[in-house]
Amino acid sequence: MLHIVSRSPFSDDSLKSCVRIAKKDDPILLTEDAVTGVMPGSAVASLLQDAMKSHAVYALSADLKARGVDRMLDGIKVVDYAGFVELVEQHKPMTWL
Amino acid sequence: MKIGVLVQEGPYNHEASDSAYKFIEAAMAKGHTIQGVFFYDDGVYNVASKMEPPQDDRHIAKRWSELGAKGVDLIVCVAAAKRRGINPDLIMPNSRISGLGQLSEMCTEADRLITFGD
Repeated sequence: MLHIVSRSPFSDDSLKSCVRIAKKDDPILLTEDAVTGVMPGSAVASLLQDAMKSHAVYALSADLKARGVDRMLDGIKVVDYAGFVELVEQHKPMTWL
Repeated sequence: MKIGVLVQEGPYNHEASDSAYKFIEAAMAKGHTIQGVFFYDDGVYNVASKMEPPQDDRHIAKRWSELGAKGVDLIVCVAAAKRRGINPDLIMPNSRISGLGQLSEMCTEADRLITFGD
């Protein structure tokens, strides 16, 4: 299952809940405000670093660009919308709202 | 692959409407079929025909309607629409008002259902 998180991890617990519930090897895609979580040194950096031990974590390039996020934690994979579609081809999506 | 899309957020709010649209464009470019777009809750405003955004902004309702003209089924939830004063005269061409049954049908018929919301 593909877990899609769109809310800012600094004002909402959806990323935290997602990481807690997602099964091992389930990929996690960060979109919209959730992409701000990938910045190094943020309050959710360790949460994401732990998550990357058992999940591939992706961030949507258009949303990173829209927010000027150009530095990110090692291991975060960047995908464009075509890559987003490919993830949905490979896994059933579930959006954390 | 058949993909159903659920939009639960209104236009010009956060980003759900734009994200959904861009996802659909990318999916269609890859040859996937969009089984339908179901507008639920405030999402029903996405196809409000009286919307008049500034000229230099994207026209979200028109954009959806043009997608509908390409054969994508745009379904507006009747209960959500009634609550918000949206009736069949106030929705864009190429969209239609129907019930939640259409959403459950979309869930069973599509290979994937993806939700965009707030």
